[in-house]
Amino acid sequence: MSATRAEIAVVAVAELFRGDGEIVASPMGYIPSLGAKLARLTFEPDLLLSDGEAYLINADGVVEGWQPFRKMLDTIVPHGRRHVVMGANQIDRFGNQNISAIGDHARPAKQLLGVRGAPGNTANHRTSYWVPRHSRRVFVESVDIVSGVGYDNAAKAGLKYHDVHRVVTNLGVFDFATPDHSMRAVSLHPGVTPEEVTAATSFDIDLSSAVTSREPTDEELRLIREVLDPKGLRDKEVPS
Amino acid sequence: MADKRMSADEVAAEVRDGMTIGIGGWGSRRKPMALVRALLRTPVRDLTVVSYGGPDVGLLCAAGKVKRVVFGFVTLDSIPFDPWFGRARETGSIEVTEYDEGMFAAALSAAAQRLPFLPLRAGLGSEVMRVNPGLRTVRSPYADGEELVAVPAQELDVALVHLNRADARGNAQYLGPDPYFDDLFCLAAKKRFVSVEKVVDTAELTGPVQSLLLNRSAVDGVVEAPRGAHFTTAVPDYGRDERFQKHYVACAKDPEAWPGFVDRFLSGDEARYLSEVDRFEAAA
Repeated sequence: MSATRAEIAVVAVAELFRGDGEIVASPMGYIPSLGAKLARLTFEPDLLLSDGEAYLINADGVVEGWQPFRKMLDTIVPHGRRHVVMGANQIDRFGNQNISAIGDHARPAKQLLGVRGAPGNTANHRTSYWVPRHSRRVFVESVDIVSGVGYDNAAKAGLKYHDVHRVVTNLGVFDFATPDHSMRAVSLHPGVTPEEVTAATSFDIDLSSAVTSREPTDEELRLIREVLDPKGLRDKEVPS
Repeated sequence: MADKRMSADEVAAEVRDGMTIGIGGWGSRRKPMALVRALLRTPVRDLTVVSYGGPDVGLLCAAGKVKRVVFGFVTLDSIPFDPWFGRARETGSIEVTEYDEGMFAAALSAAAQRLPFLPLRAGLGSEVMRVNPGLRTVRSPYADGEELVAVPAQELDVALVHLNRADARGNAQYLGPDPYFDDLFCLAAKKRFVSVEKVVDTAELTGPVQSLLLNRSAVDGVVEAPRGAHFTTAVPDYGRDERFQKHYVACAKDPEAWPGFVDRFLSGDEARYLSEVDRFEAAA
């Protein structure tokens, strides 16, 4: 079986949670939610999964916990046993993320969601990002409004629990494990060239140690295709 | 025994120009829309609206009633952005105080606890600190010496929330899975008004005692407003009216269509609104 780009991305998101154990996974978006469920069904069986509302549910939809928004903000986020995968309208080389607005905050060219929980997430627990369309518009020299805090700003602010883990896109997986915490390619998805990533990114990314993103196992493919997403909605988010 | 039942229009008449009003719910979920619609029918203006924002914020912006929005987000959940809030921001017609979601909750909690501020890590390193230049930090007086954000208390003149059931005295119950922050909104406010799907006898407030979110000391008025959260959710009584929400967004994006939406749905009273919603549903 040959995996589609969307399936490679689902596995790459699942890999974000490897080693997380018994913590709350908060995936935002369709591919991230598939990835979190896949991780739970395979190599991270102790993950706690939110249904996006007030329930913690197991892979069969059975409720195993209560997590209303109030509890999320009062205790779960500051307590830190959580790994969120957020979206990003803009992201820069140090992992600063913007979901608030494009342009000047006083009078934006485009109002987006607002900072939502990004400042608190990045101050308190592990945060990763999912970008379905890797482009120069998203991967910018500097973000317009720092919502999620990147490594440079975290250092200045002395954030002791700051932990921006990785960025997964339709092209590859990126982290910040360089001496100055600037973005580095961990892997490029099968068929993606370094030139493609360079052309789609406004800043220089270290591509020197990038391997090829791993393919799903047969069992992972079966779970994605038959159990988690039988209607194939993943292909709408990431076309092949 | 105080009977606190009143009409949505009586609640709206309590709101004066320039007041700070908190609106409960979250995004496009359990918003006190009947109370918001009543506000739209008044001449009130220059409001500061404090909300985990949804179409409440959009509609008040559309009607020109908003001076400032205090928010962490404005979203319709199943549709990411509210067109009217976006337009108000992009034309510079409103001011904003933007917070992280946790900072917003802390601001309400501080007011509810009669504290000047609460310390939080959220916001540090982010540009929330830049866009809210009035924010201060505070250093832990203990050995750790950590610097934290001092989120100032957000006091409210009026709180508007929508729950599922209440008695006439103001004991109010949510029957869905999430209380949101409605009790904090009420505790942070000078005047507190709750609309509910149904007013019942106290003995009929059955179910887990934990679902009795508001006791009557935190409520000044009770409005019976069936479908009073429409088109947002009020589970288990009803879910979001996705078709209507799409219609709202389509009209809000189209300057030609908007006056027709206002005429049809927002210019009459609540009974007219609901009958037009029924006609809209029947035409599906």
